[in-house]
Parts: sequence; C-alpha cells; structure tokens
Amino acid sequence: MAMMARTIRNSASRRTMMMSRPIFGLRSMSSWWKNVEPAPKDPILGVTEAFLADPSPDKVNVGVVSLSLSLDLTDGAYRDDNGKPVVLDCVREAERRIAGTSFMEYLPMGGSVKMVEETLKLAYGDNSEFIKDKRIAAVQSLSGTGACRLFADFQTRFNPGSQIYIPVPTWSNHHNIWRDAQVPQKTYHYYHPETKGLDFKGLMDDVKNAPEGSFFLLHACAHNPTGVDPTEEQWREISQLFKAKNHFAFFDMAYQGFASGDPARDAKSIRIFLEDGHHIGISQSYAKNMGLYGQRVGCLSVLCENEKQAVTVKSQLQQLARPMYSNPPLHGAQIVSTILGDPELKSLWLKEVKIMADRIIGMRTTLRESLEKLGSPLSWEHVTKQIGMFCYSGLTPEQVDRLTSEYHIYMTRNGRISMAGVTTGNVGYLANAIHEVTKSS
Amino acid sequence: MKTNDFSSSTSPSDRRIGALFRHLTAGTDADRVSSVFASPTSGGAGGSVFAHLVQAPEDAILGVTIAYNKDPSPIKLNLGVGAYRTEEGKPLVLNVVRKAEQQLINDRSRIKEYLPIVGLVEFNKLSAKLILGADSPAIRENRVTTVECLSGTGSLRVGGEFLARHYHQKTIYIPQPTWGNHPKIFTLAGLSVKTYRYYDPSTRGLNFQGLLEDLGAAPQGSIVLLHACAHNPTGVDPTLEQWEQIRKLMRSKGLMPFFDSAYQGFASGSLDTDAKPIRMFVADGGELLVAQSYAKNMGLYGERVGALSIVCKAADVAGRVESQLKLVIRPMYSNPPIHGASIVAVILRDRNLFNEWTLELKAMADRIISMRKQLFEALRARGTPGDWTHIIKQIGMFTFTGLNPAQVSYMTKEYHIYMTSDGRISMAGLSSKTVPHLADAIHAVVTKAL
Repeated sequence: MAMMARTIRNSASRRTMMMSRPIFGLRSMSSWWKNVEPAPKDPILGVTEAFLADPSPDKVNVGVVSLSLSLDLTDGAYRDDNGKPVVLDCVREAERRIAGTSFMEYLPMGGSVKMVEETLKLAYGDNSEFIKDKRIAAVQSLSGTGACRLFADFQTRFNPGSQIYIPVPTWSNHHNIWRDAQVPQKTYHYYHPETKGLDFKGLMDDVKNAPEGSFFLLHACAHNPTGVDPTEEQWREISQLFKAKNHFAFFDMAYQGFASGDPARDAKSIRIFLEDGHHIGISQSYAKNMGLYGQRVGCLSVLCENEKQAVTVKSQLQQLARPMYSNPPLHGAQIVSTILGDPELKSLWLKEVKIMADRIIGMRTTLRESLEKLGSPLSWEHVTKQIGMFCYSGLTPEQVDRLTSEYHIYMTRNGRISMAGVTTGNVGYLANAIHEVTKSS
Repeated sequence: MKTNDFSSSTSPSDRRIGALFRHLTAGTDADRVSSVFASPTSGGAGGSVFAHLVQAPEDAILGVTIAYNKDPSPIKLNLGVGAYRTEEGKPLVLNVVRKAEQQLINDRSRIKEYLPIVGLVEFNKLSAKLILGADSPAIRENRVTTVECLSGTGSLRVGGEFLARHYHQKTIYIPQPTWGNHPKIFTLAGLSVKTYRYYDPSTRGLNFQGLLEDLGAAPQGSIVLLHACAHNPTGVDPTLEQWEQIRKLMRSKGLMPFFDSAYQGFASGSLDTDAKPIRMFVADGGELLVAQSYAKNMGLYGERVGALSIVCKAADVAGRVESQLKLVIRPMYSNPPIHGASIVAVILRDRNLFNEWTLELKAMADRIISMRKQLFEALRARGTPGDWTHIIKQIGMFTFTGLNPAQVSYMTKEYHIYMTSDGRISMAGLSSKTVPHLADAIHAVVTKAL
C-alpha cells in the first residue's frame, strides 16, 4: 500500500514557552481559552496515528483506509486491488469537461437544481410519481453528514420535543450530529453479537414500544459499521409496523450502488417504504459511490403531501442552510450533474460502481474461504453475509490488540474491518493473523 | 411578550407550540404567519409531520436578482448582489484561477479523498499568512489555529459556535447596519445578538461617537463583530486613527474582536492595507478571531472557500482550541470541500501566481473605484441636489446611496434599476455605459421629492 510519510502534529512539539512581552492596553496575561479542554481523540483517527508510527513493512491498516492525504476519517475510503485510492474514470472525464468553463458563481441556497433532480431519481426511481408530482422538498447538502445535520436542525425547529431513535451500533458521528442539533436520542436494538447478524426481534420490539409518531434513523443499505442489513422481507415487516405506529423514517443512504453493485437494488428499503405510503426523509452521499469524498456533495430530501408543502419545506431547509454556509459548493455538484446528465458517462459510472462493489464482495469471499481453509474453529459466515464497506468481525478488543502488536494489523477496537483495505496481496496475511489470535477461542 | 404564546402553559404540547410560534414570528412580519396549530409528530393516516410549516420569506438580497431576471426591459440594471462584474457586465474568472485549475487537472496523481476536519493544511497556513502577514509574531510563535471553512459564512458560524460553547460571554455586538445574514448566523450558533451604532445617515459616514459609546457600555468581555474593511452594506470604514482608538477601548474592556474579512485586497487594491486593522490588534499580543472569505477577492464564490483563524495567547492553547473547533465541524459537515481550497493553495504558494493575482485584484478594485468617480462626476454634471461625496468616500463593493425605500421602488419601477430596499448599490454591477442611466435615475428621484 503506497504510504506517504506524514508528520503527525504532536501537541508536545507545539508547546512553546509563554512569551513574556509588554502587552499594550491589555488587562491580563491569561488567555480567554485557558479553560478549554483538549477534545477527546477520535476513535478512528487514533488508529491511523498508531499505524503511521509503526515501522513494520508488513503492517496492514484495515481500520482507516484513506491515508494518503488525510489523517482524519469518519468512514473508510475505497482502495483498488493494489491498495491505491481510486479516482473514477467518469469523474476524471467530467472534471476535464468542467475545467476552464465554469464561472464559479454562487449556487442558489438549495444548491444545483440539476444535480438535485438527478439525485432524486437515484433514490426515488427514474419514473417516480413523487418527482413528477413535485412532492419532494430537496436541497443539495454537504455530503451525508450535511444532509443529516440539516434534517436534525429541521427536526428540532419544526418538531421541537421530538427524539431520534438511532440503531446500536451506528456511525459514531450520527450521535454527534443529533446532539449538536439538540435533538434527544434514544436507541433501538440492531446488531446481534451472538449471530453477528440482525437482532430483528429486538428491533421490532423497540419500534413497537416507541411512542407513536417517533422519528427513526435507518441505514438504507450497507449498515455502517456492521454491514448487517435487514432482508427484503424484514424491511417489509418493519415498514408495516412503522405504518401502524405512524413513525417517521429517515434513511441515511451513504452506499447506494456500493453495497450490491446495483443502485436500484440498494434502494429497495426506501422503495418499500415509499410503496407503503410513508412520508420519508433521505440523506444521500456521493462520497463513496462516486469517490467524491472531499468534494462534499450530497442531497437531503423530504417527501411531502403535495407540491405546495414541498415548496414550503424546501424554503425552510434553505433557511437553515443560509446561516450555516449560505449556499453549497459548486464543483462536486458539477461533477455529479455532468456524469448523471450524460447517458454515456452515467453508464460508465454504473460499471465502475459495480467493479468496486464486486471487488469488495470478492475479498469477503476470499477472506472467509482462507479462514475456513486454515481450519478455524469459528464460523466466518458473517463475513460474506454482511455487505458494504465494513465487516464486523466479532474479534474482541484483546484480539484486536494482539493483531496490532504482533501482526501490525490496525482496525478499530470494536473489530470493524474496512474491507476496502483488503487486497489479494494482503488477504492471506490477514486471514493467517486472524486465525492465530482466534484459534484457541 | 405575546399573550397567546403558550409559554406559561402547563401543557408540554402547548409550550412546544408556543416555542414554534415564537420562532416563526421572530424577526418577520407577524402577519405572515397566518395560523399556528397543534400538529404533533404523528401525521395521522398518511399526513405529513411537517404539515404545520409556513413558507419562509424570500432572502431579501437574493430576491433582488430574482426580480431582475423576471424584468423584460432591455435597459435593466442589476445592482443587487455583490458579485463582481466586468465593464461588459460579465462575471469574471481570474486568470490565476484558470491556471490553477489547469494545474490541478493535469496532475493525475491528485487524489481527492477526505480532507482532515481542519481542511487543507497548506491552505490554512497560507491563509493565516495572507491575513496576518507572513512575518506575524502570532504565526511565528505558533499561536494561531486556522481551519478551512465554507467561505465567510461558514467561518463565522464555526467561530460563533465555538464561542457559544467555550467563551464566558455569550453576547456578540454587531454594527448597525450589517450584512443581513450576520444576526442569523450568530443566533443559530447560540449567541445572543446586540448592536452597536455604526452608520450615520446624516453624514453618510461613520457614527464614531456612537460606536465608542456603545462599545464602551458593553459588558466586559463581550464579543464584537468588526468588518475588517469595505463594510457591507455601507462601504464606510474607520480611519486608521479611529481603528487605533477602537482597539484601545476594546482591549481596555477585554472585548473579544471577531473580524469578518470578506474583501481583503478588493477594497483598496492592496492586500496589506486592507488587513491593517486586524494586524493592529494582533500586534498588541491580544486574542481575536478572523473569518476570511475568498469569494470576492479570488472570484471563487460558488466554491465556498474560507478560513477561520483564532489568535491565542499561547501555542498550547491554540492546539486545544483547534481540537475543540474540530468537534464543532465534524457534526456539521465532517470536513470541508477540497476543490476551492486547492485552487487557493496553488495560487498562494507560487510566487508568480501570487503576484499575478495581486495585479488582477488591483484591477478589479480600480475598476470599482473608477465607477465611484464616474457616478460622482455624473451626478455633479447634472447638478443633482445633495452631497454625493460619500460615493467616493465609501469603499469596496457597495455604496449606501442614502436613498429611501420609496425612492428605490421608484427607480425600479421607472428605470428598471434593481437594488436592495436599503438603498445599497453594488458598484461592481456598474459600467461606464450604464453610469449615465443610474445618474439619471438618481437625479429623477431626488428632484421628485418622494
């Protein structure tokens, strides 16, 4: 894996003696910020810092994968089979067309209309009646994070007193987002550690016991961090129960196309809810499925009763965006519009997404088979049952620590492996190491 | 306090409705809200949980362009939004930006993955140098923390949220008048917003006495928003002597300066001149915040490029401050956009591109200054009654004409000239060809006694 040497900023090296110098016109020497506490280390970022400090040539980082430019990651980033980050060909071509032509003027507060139109088609369907009837309030957002945050702010403003039900576990930033929006949080059962699959009964019980009209956060596909998704049948049951309880479903869809390789299939959960008549909200991100991570491009949509309401809701979403960033960034939206608006480029994109998804699915299979061949006493069925970027391996924190100290393999201590970091070149080593630390289980 | 705002009700849903009602009517015409009714989260069979929403009012500034676009007249003139226009009335992409774009495109090894939460590190360092000066003691002593944000708006919001969480005083004083988005940004950030006197309508200049009185009366430690240069919307800036007095007063009361720098280089044509007020505050060793935008001075409007810098008394403090800024940013948008910041970094790091940029910047500033002179001369030539020297005394993109809403309305109706109702015109929207038309219109409304 190509690695650029990074100088990690070390707070100790930045300490300097407080300069004593004559200060003109100041009342006191002390800083207003002296009571500011250092923030806790990010649980994912810390992994990368340790990885980069490790001198072993065999080291494999399956905790956090996007290492070439950034130390910070809330999600993994895709790698090809050489362990290299990838810029999609369709993206390169789109950027080539855009360069030198754009006037870079402000987008409207709601973002690029063209980009939003194309994005809604992906989630709601090309021929969606809701799009035709203009019932969807939608704005361009700062990737998935920005969409979730706008919705959380919207929820707190227009449904004060409402809570959000969040699955256990979930992407850690979900908690931060709704907390900063001042929406109280509750959790619902999701992951079943014994089966390394879905705790369907626990989930349904929690949905049933929640007060009528509660707000729920659902991962549309490729649940992060577990990779565990409900089956289609289970989604139908969940939808029916939601109907009975009048709950509001907010879907975070960060991996459409990336999970199964087929965007329509990955949106199935959403389509089921739409068929059943729910008025849902959706956060969409192009970070992974178009590899546009750093461009921060996504979309927040809210399905309304009618066009008038959609116009109203959109106007209020814009009121939340204006004092946050005024209007969203142009470049990523231009890339998306260019690709999705051109049949050839769109077709190329769909191919490239499938290649990425297939590579990961292939690595899951290889990892599982390797472990089985090594004669592991444990079941590794979950490696291929789980879907998307991540695998919740079931390794204990102690086993993870051994992987790090003895084999220089880095992952988050909850045992989450970013499959995107696994390649044909390192899967054997990974399987062997996992076997070594688990064979006496 | 309205008697029907339910705030003292014992019923939780009534109190929630009260909160919603107060929110909807705050700062808007109360009669825009036709009715507020109870609609708890359960939408009923198929109903929406958001059925109770009313439509938000149009943004006042952006609404001007919308109206302009609808106007079929061939002589219409848009003096609303503050985006630069050339003599031909066209938007402008700087040559250095085009060169930077090409450089980025041609570098196939560039990977556009997530930036760190703090943004593009090289961009941050270069931005701090740009605003504080390459030789700034604060930079040398590692006392500055800089984070890439979404243009000026984003920088102000992140700074405001940080202050609301960690600063002991939760009130920010903003000038009267100021950019319409300022109060919303700081309110949503969690600060309480008060104003200080700034513009004097009788002189169309600075109400310096009022400013000093109001800042002098502010509680110890209050935050004060300062426009670094080219005050928006008035174009009225303090002189350097006045800035020095402001600085002394603020430091004596421990008032925290929060600079909004949206026009560095664009106001006078010189980057250093336009940053002087900020550098004066840094030179006394004290702390401050500064929000930088590259929207106008690099023409990167839609790419949303900016930076928030916090100058601290000590390096270890700066480090902790940065860690807390990250906690504000991550739940908002995780990490900032890469494209615009990359363009800026390419330009600022390259001596030739940087120099070329300063020339293009000066050309934009000079064209605006020239428009001011031409408009002033045109009014003088027509013998338009009144003192119009403020047109050439004010600085930056905007001129506060002193016209009232009735006059503005007349100019729009009869002359198809579009501006915000406070009489603010964007000089960038003028050209030598259109100055006469504007001068005619001003002459007409002023002599009409509207």
